[in-house]
Amino acid sequence: MPDTAAPARAKPRLRPGDRVFSGSALAAGTLILAILAGVAAFLIIESVPVVTTDPKDINILDGQPFWSYVAPLVFGTLWSSAIALLMAVPVSIGIALFISHYAPRRLAQGLGYIIDLLAAVPSVVFGLWGGNVLAPAIQPLYSWLTEHLGWIPLFAGPASGTGRTILTASIVLAVMVLPIITALCREVFLQTPVLHEEAALALGATRWEMIRTAVLPFGRPGIISASMLGLGRALGETMAVAMVLSSSGGITLALLTSSNPGTIAANIALRFAEAFGTNINLLIATGLILFAITLVVNMIARWIIGRRREFSGAN
Amino acid sequence: MRLSSTGRRPWRLSGIAAIAVAGSLLLASCAANEPAPGGESPSGLSGTLVGGGASSQDAAQQAWVAAFQTANTGATVEYEPTGSGAGRDNFIAGANNFTGSDRAFKDDELAKDNFTACVAGTPIVEIPNYISPIAIIFKLDGITSLNLDAATIAGIFKGDITKWNDQKIASQNAGVTLPDLAITAVHRSDESGTTENFTDYLHANTPVWDADASGNWPYEGGEAANGTSGVVDAVSNGTGTIGYADASRAGGLGTVAVKVGGDYVEYSAAAAAAIVDESPAAPGRNAVDLAIELDRTSDAAGVYPIVLVSYLIACSDYQDDAIVPLVKAYLGYIISDEGQAVGVKAAGIAPISATLFDKAKAAVDSIR
Repeated sequence: MPDTAAPARAKPRLRPGDRVFSGSALAAGTLILAILAGVAAFLIIESVPVVTTDPKDINILDGQPFWSYVAPLVFGTLWSSAIALLMAVPVSIGIALFISHYAPRRLAQGLGYIIDLLAAVPSVVFGLWGGNVLAPAIQPLYSWLTEHLGWIPLFAGPASGTGRTILTASIVLAVMVLPIITALCREVFLQTPVLHEEAALALGATRWEMIRTAVLPFGRPGIISASMLGLGRALGETMAVAMVLSSSGGITLALLTSSNPGTIAANIALRFAEAFGTNINLLIATGLILFAITLVVNMIARWIIGRRREFSGAN
Repeated sequence: MRLSSTGRRPWRLSGIAAIAVAGSLLLASCAANEPAPGGESPSGLSGTLVGGGASSQDAAQQAWVAAFQTANTGATVEYEPTGSGAGRDNFIAGANNFTGSDRAFKDDELAKDNFTACVAGTPIVEIPNYISPIAIIFKLDGITSLNLDAATIAGIFKGDITKWNDQKIASQNAGVTLPDLAITAVHRSDESGTTENFTDYLHANTPVWDADASGNWPYEGGEAANGTSGVVDAVSNGTGTIGYADASRAGGLGTVAVKVGGDYVEYSAAAAAAIVDESPAAPGRNAVDLAIELDRTSDAAGVYPIVLVSYLIACSDYQDDAIVPLVKAYLGYIISDEGQAVGVKAAGIAPISATLFDKAKAAVDSIR
C-alpha cells in the first residue's frame, strides 16, 4: 500500500464519535482474537484424550498410532488443495486481467457479477455436480490417460470406474476457489497506478508488455494473498470433497484411481455422524491438525507478501 | 480469515438465516398442532418420550413418531439419530427413555447392570423391530440379475476379482454374457451399520474375507462413496460398478441373488424376515430380551442372509413409573401391523413375522 505522507497535525481534538469508534474497533479486534483463542483451546482440550488413550481403545484407529492415521489425511488435504490451486490461479489471473484490461466496460461488469455469483453457490451443489455430472463425464478421459500415459506416476492405473478421483475433487475445488481469487486479483489489477501503465505504453510497450511490466509486478503480492485465501478455502472444504472423493487409500501420487487419500475436513464429516466416545476426540484432534496447517499456510503467505512488498513497484 | 476475504460470504450467512427462519416457522407450525403440555388427548397419553440412537432407523422412526403423535395428540416422542454407540451410552446414562441400536447389548455390558433409568437387577427389553434387507446392486448393460456366492462377492469387494468375465463369476451364471470390463466395487466411506452387516455376512461365510465385521470398511483401496445415496449414485453413474445398499434404494439397478445352501436367493422382505426367525436366540437372555444371534450361514430354504437388524431397547422396569404408559404405547405401536406397515412405506423394512410379533408383544406388555 502506498504511504500517504500526510503532514503531522497538531494535537487532534478527540470528539465523542472518535472515542466510540476507536473503542468499538478495538472491541471488534479483540473479539476476533478471543474467538480464535477459544477455538484453539476447544480443539486442544478435546484432543488431549487421544494422546492419553491407548490406540486400541479407539475404534477408528483400530490399533494403529494416531500419526499413521492422520498422515494420509494431511497429505490428501494438501495434495488436493495444491492441485486445485495449480489449476485455479492461472485461470483466475486470466479472467481478472480480461475483466480489468481487455474486456469492454459493459461486458467486464457483467462478467464480474457472474464470477461473484459462483461464490454464492453452496458447496453441496458443487458436490452433487462433481459426483453426478463431472465424474461420469470425465471418466473416459481418465481411462484413456491411464491406458496411454500410465507410465507417468500421476496417471498410473487402474482408472476409477466412476471418475470420483482426487483429480475430480481438485477440479471441483478449483471451480470453488476461482471466484475468490478472481475477485481479489481483479481489484488489485484495477489499482495499478495509471501513470505506470501510461508510461509503459508511451515507451512503446504493447498491451501484453504493459501488463507484464506494470500490472503484474504491482499486483504480485495481491495475487499471492488471493491465492492463499483460495488455498484456505480449499483446505477447509468439507461437503464437496466428501461427496465427490472416493477416499479409500493411503498416500499415493496417482490421480486417477479409486484409492485416494481422504482430506481431514471430509473425513471428519464422514465419520462424525456415527462416532462416539474417544472417536469424537480423535476426529477433533485431526481438526486441530487442520487448524495448525491453516495457520502455517497463512503465516507463510504473510511472510511472502511482506518480503515482496518493496518490489511491487508501487512506491 | 475467510469472512474477511470476500464480500460474498454474507450471502451464505443470509442463506443460513433464511433456513433458520424457515425452520423455526416449521417448528412453530408443528407446535400449533399440538395441544398445550398436559392437555388431555383422546387416548389419555401425555408427556414426552425421549429416544435416540441408530441412524439406520431414522427414516422409519420419523414416520412412526409422526403417525403416533397424530393418533395420540397429547404425547410427544423425540428420536435423535445420534448413531447406535451414542444411543446406547445415552440409554445407560438415562438420557434416553429408549434407544434404537444396530446391535443388542453384549453379555458383559448387561452384566454391569448400570442402566440409570431402570430398576437395578431387572432385565432389559430388546426387540428386533427393524429388519431391512441389504441389496448388492450393480450396473452392467442388459443384465438385471447375477448369481454369486459369498466367496465370489468377497473376492469382488476385496479387489481380488477384477473383471466381470472372470471364471468365478461366469461359472455361476451360465447363459449370461458377461462383458470384458473392469469391476469397480463401491463401498461406504462413512461408518455405517450397512457396512457392518455386509462385512459380517462375508466374514461369517467365507475365509476369503479375512477381516472382522466392522462399520468402517476394513480394506484399503476400492471405490468409496458417502452414505447410501452416495453409493447408489456412484453405482448408477458408473459402468461395471457394484455396491451394497439398503434394498429400498436399489431402484432400477441390477441385483445379486446370493447363494444360500444350494439355491440363489434374491432379496425380498419375506426372505429377510425369515432369517430372523431362523436365527437362534442369544443364549442366557431373559424372555423379554429378544436379542438374536443372526445366523448368516443358515442354509434354510428361502432366507436372505444379508440383512440389517436394528433393535428397540428399553427397561423392563422403569425407575420413573410416569413414563411407562408412553413407552408401552409407542413400542407397542412400532411392532404392530400398522406400525410395521408405516415402516415399510417410509423405509422399505421387512415387517416382523407373526412369531416374532407374539414374543415382542409379550415383552412390551411386561414393561412396568
